[in-house]
Amino acid sequence: MNFQLTKEQEFVRKMVRKFAVTEVEPIAADIDKEHRFPIETVEKMARYGLLGVPIPKEYGGAGGDNISYAITVEELSRVCASTGVICSAHTSLCAWPLLAYGTEEQKQKYLVPIAKGEKLGAFGLTEPNAGTDAGSQQTRAVDKGDHWELNGAKVFITNGGYADVYIVMAMTDKSKGTRGGISAFIVEKGFEGFSIGKTEEKMGICASSTTELVFQNCIVPKENLLGQVGEGFKIAMSTLDGGRIGIAAQALGIAQGAFDVTVDYMKSRRQFGRPLSKFQALQFGMAEMRTRIEAARLLIYNAANMKDNNLKYGPYSAMAKLYAAETAMYVTTKAVQFHGGYGFTKDYPVERMMRDAKITEIYEGTSEVQKMVISADIFGK
Amino acid sequence: MALKIIVCAKQVPDTNEVKIDPVKNTLIREGVPSILNHDDANALEEALKIKDQYPDTHITVITMGPPQAKDLLIECLAMGADKGILISDRALGGSDTWATSNALAAAVKKIGDFDIIFAGRQAIDGDTAQVGPQLAEKLGIPQVTYVKEFSMDGKEITVKRALEDGYEVIKLQMPCMLTAIKELNTPRYMTIGGIYDAVKADIPVWGAKELEVDLNKVGLDASPTNVFRSFTPAPKGKGVMIERDTVEETAKALLEMLQEKYIIA
Repeated sequence: MNFQLTKEQEFVRKMVRKFAVTEVEPIAADIDKEHRFPIETVEKMARYGLLGVPIPKEYGGAGGDNISYAITVEELSRVCASTGVICSAHTSLCAWPLLAYGTEEQKQKYLVPIAKGEKLGAFGLTEPNAGTDAGSQQTRAVDKGDHWELNGAKVFITNGGYADVYIVMAMTDKSKGTRGGISAFIVEKGFEGFSIGKTEEKMGICASSTTELVFQNCIVPKENLLGQVGEGFKIAMSTLDGGRIGIAAQALGIAQGAFDVTVDYMKSRRQFGRPLSKFQALQFGMAEMRTRIEAARLLIYNAANMKDNNLKYGPYSAMAKLYAAETAMYVTTKAVQFHGGYGFTKDYPVERMMRDAKITEIYEGTSEVQKMVISADIFGK
Repeated sequence: MALKIIVCAKQVPDTNEVKIDPVKNTLIREGVPSILNHDDANALEEALKIKDQYPDTHITVITMGPPQAKDLLIECLAMGADKGILISDRALGGSDTWATSNALAAAVKKIGDFDIIFAGRQAIDGDTAQVGPQLAEKLGIPQVTYVKEFSMDGKEITVKRALEDGYEVIKLQMPCMLTAIKELNTPRYMTIGGIYDAVKADIPVWGAKELEVDLNKVGLDASPTNVFRSFTPAPKGKGVMIERDTVEETAKALLEMLQEKYIIA
């Protein structure tokens, strides 16, 4: 057992830290306030390979491993959780299923430009009446002989509107139920009958785009079926197993970011004639935060390492996400408290970080869903 | 056009993290992260910009330092350089600028043909700005220091050389040596894919033997420089402030002062 990062992973952290501090941090507060999707940052991430970290070079990626990918999302989220989730949703939820289930033609056509970051990706599973109960899909796909026809709507889709390629789940045979009745499709922006609906106004990650996807007699070419007919639920669940590593890394980054700015604040803020860093109650609070952050980090890197080694990592990525999300809420709430009144204002980044942290307990499976995944591994389904 | 470019780079302690020992008045280097010297990153960036334009261009980065200086070469390769060579040998340890430029000149000769050598103006640890110029002298090639703008037309190079209060425009032919300042460009980052290639890359290590360098010209004993004391130089004065009762009088006073110094006729 070796808990040291490899040379590659250390360099990835060094590179992404520098990129994040220089390119992302200076605009993080503004894009949050303006609810503005940072398209310029997406272009920069593409140029430096940040949008295809764990995808092999032969398919346009950086050829990295999943720990390097987790470090990438962590370091971006340390300064801006919105930017972190743009990278995570694109990589985990669109590039990965194309890599795992795509035909060679689909990989050449879709995965290569996505891994290079020339195109942005998204994933559509959630519906108004199919959230945690993801199997209750109402979006229908009908085989029309020479094409598929999709009808229905998806909600809360990260990168919606800005993505060029969407992996969309739809019911192809309701009689077969969740397992066997759902199929996955590759839908391009601009396909006839596909449009973007409502854009959500959110509590946090305000610079990321979250929209509705609307399908009205949407024409999808036959060759855009991903995997086999009826494999959709399996594709979605295995995609989310990996996606949880990305969201856990986002939560970890938010926690680390809040921790780091609080350390700086405690050294400079003076009350009762001494800096906050000299008060033992606050020191102990920071010790507790750091311990939880390190525990979350180890859970995440372990799940990522298991994924790289083709081990059954699903319950482990669920544990990583559950714990990292709770840690993000714990640390950011304390960080605001330690900043006092200033922490409640938008002049300090902890206010944004606390709002951003909450979603990590909800999307890509709520904390309750993670407990379902973990307990199913203990007791069976 | 397929140019051969050599970039000289140095691994230095991150001065943002350096503390001064209050008793000994020396730098405390323990636990301080090492970084690619800032001006050297500008030197490499200019070479990479040429490679962007002429993809057949080959960039070799050389650095002299302890074995861990290999990390600097990994960083340069991950930014886009083609080859890294580490010059490292106990016999070279403690070299001052004169001895260092002897070793670097031997390395450049061993590499063979080149069109341009880019180096940073100076390293943030030693701040001498001597190694680049000494290297050019020892190779017998033209040099321009403090380059803030670079352009190329065939094999003719035009640069702007920064002065304290302006710049010079200089044309020169290859092969030549140029030292970069931060105004020259904004260095790019490493790429993630580049990192994965760079860590696996073969980075040769050349010692005194491989360089075939005279041992009387390298290392601590051969170095003519002795450092007696490190100190922070006094900041430059504020300059002369001219204040008169009216704008006209102030302008007149300024005019007279400039005429006195023959800056204007």
